[in-house]
Amino acid sequence: MNFKNHDIISIYDFSKEDILYILKTAKKMEKRSNPSLLKNNIMATLFFEPSTRTRLSFIAAMEQLGGKVTGFANSKITSIKKGETLWDTAKMVEQYADLIVIRHHLEGSARLAAEASSKPVINGGDGSNQHPTQTLLDLYTIQKSKDTLNNLHVGILGDLKYGRTVHSLAIALSHFNPIFYFISPDALKMPRNYITELREKGIRIYETPNLLSVSKKLDILYVTRIQQERFPDPLEYEKYKGVYRLDSSLTKYVKKDLKIMHPLPRIDEIDKSLDNTPHALYFEQAANGIPVRKALISLVLGKIR
Amino acid sequence: MSKSKSINKELSVAAIKEGTVIDHIPADASFKVAAILKLRKDPNMVSIATNLNSKSLGKKGIVKVSNKNLTEEEVNKIAVVAPNATVNIIKDYKVKEKIKVNLQKVIENVIRCSNPVCITNHESISTIFNVEKENPLQVRCHYCERVMGKEDIKLIG
Ligand SMILES: [Zn+2]
Repeated sequence: MNFKNHDIISIYDFSKEDILYILKTAKKMEKRSNPSLLKNNIMATLFFEPSTRTRLSFIAAMEQLGGKVTGFANSKITSIKKGETLWDTAKMVEQYADLIVIRHHLEGSARLAAEASSKPVINGGDGSNQHPTQTLLDLYTIQKSKDTLNNLHVGILGDLKYGRTVHSLAIALSHFNPIFYFISPDALKMPRNYITELREKGIRIYETPNLLSVSKKLDILYVTRIQQERFPDPLEYEKYKGVYRLDSSLTKYVKKDLKIMHPLPRIDEIDKSLDNTPHALYFEQAANGIPVRKALISLVLGKIR
Repeated sequence: MSKSKSINKELSVAAIKEGTVIDHIPADASFKVAAILKLRKDPNMVSIATNLNSKSLGKKGIVKVSNKNLTEEEVNKIAVVAPNATVNIIKDYKVKEKIKVNLQKVIENVIRCSNPVCITNHESISTIFNVEKENPLQVRCHYCERVMGKEDIKLIG
């Protein structure tokens, strides 16, 4: 498999084999340090929308492999606000970078940047559409803790309507014959088009507002934040923000080897009392961003195969 | 009312000598077909008819353009709004060729994305939609990946 010069834009672009290959490469990256692999390579981070967590993870991945980083963390302090099109920005940046990481609030922006640029582009999040490196690190985390991605009982809880993370995760896992438990209040259910798409692939789906009615079945419980900024009406947000609060009392109602994941940052969905239980996987999940991003950067730069 | 009726009747029988007649357009889609083909700016004689009686469709529309043979690419663009249309190429008052419209897998620059935060609504680029299902029509934006059904589909222009 050769990813040289490929763009990483959307989880829809990846076959099952692609995904497994990337995860295998991430594992290699985690095992072996390689401090001069990307010597002489430059990564530009174009963060039109601030996201410190994602940006720092990309920078750490690049620097740990000996590469250099340029770019901006916030488009308000660059010339870009002055009406330059995204197309032109991507064309300009390809002159001095070997690789572009872009985060932008407009959906489809990363795809457009990739079409403009002859250098590989990695999507660091385009609005509420895609965030493929998050999805891949989620898969990596699951595979690492369960030794497989196949046939797992996966619960996804919280805001399933607006949560981009959970949409991409569900689509990505659909390659691996999961059984899904979508747990959310009625108003925040998984959009019907995703349900249809998954069912057409023959995947079993249970939808319920009640976590405890399914908790005993789960191998993985993926918890998401109910994001205030996605609600047009602040009153709606108030109504739902505290609906699902997990704490250590949950441990009585789950399998011994249930693992709980969360893309972080959390607000109050997961109480600290769960942090020291064997179920907590979310801090390890965050740390897995580095080997996965190292793998993606090195693959698209053609430095490993 | 009676006036428009008589105009329709006239148009439905008016033959053209050379050009293209698009038949079997859904009754509400004639103006959309004309818009997709950019006929408003066409210097040739253009007739747009709606609500004609039809045996197969109940009501239908017809669009006629004189002195112009539409290309296959142009013809296929109208499949978005008129999937069952037939295109008749006319030579000397006779039908020289009949083309069935054919929905392409990729629709370029015909549909506007319904997602207000899609990059195509903010930067001047062509829209691209991938057809996921034909009946009923379901398309996915190549950029923002939003899935749109027939009811969400708005045309450019
Ligand atoms: Zn779009």
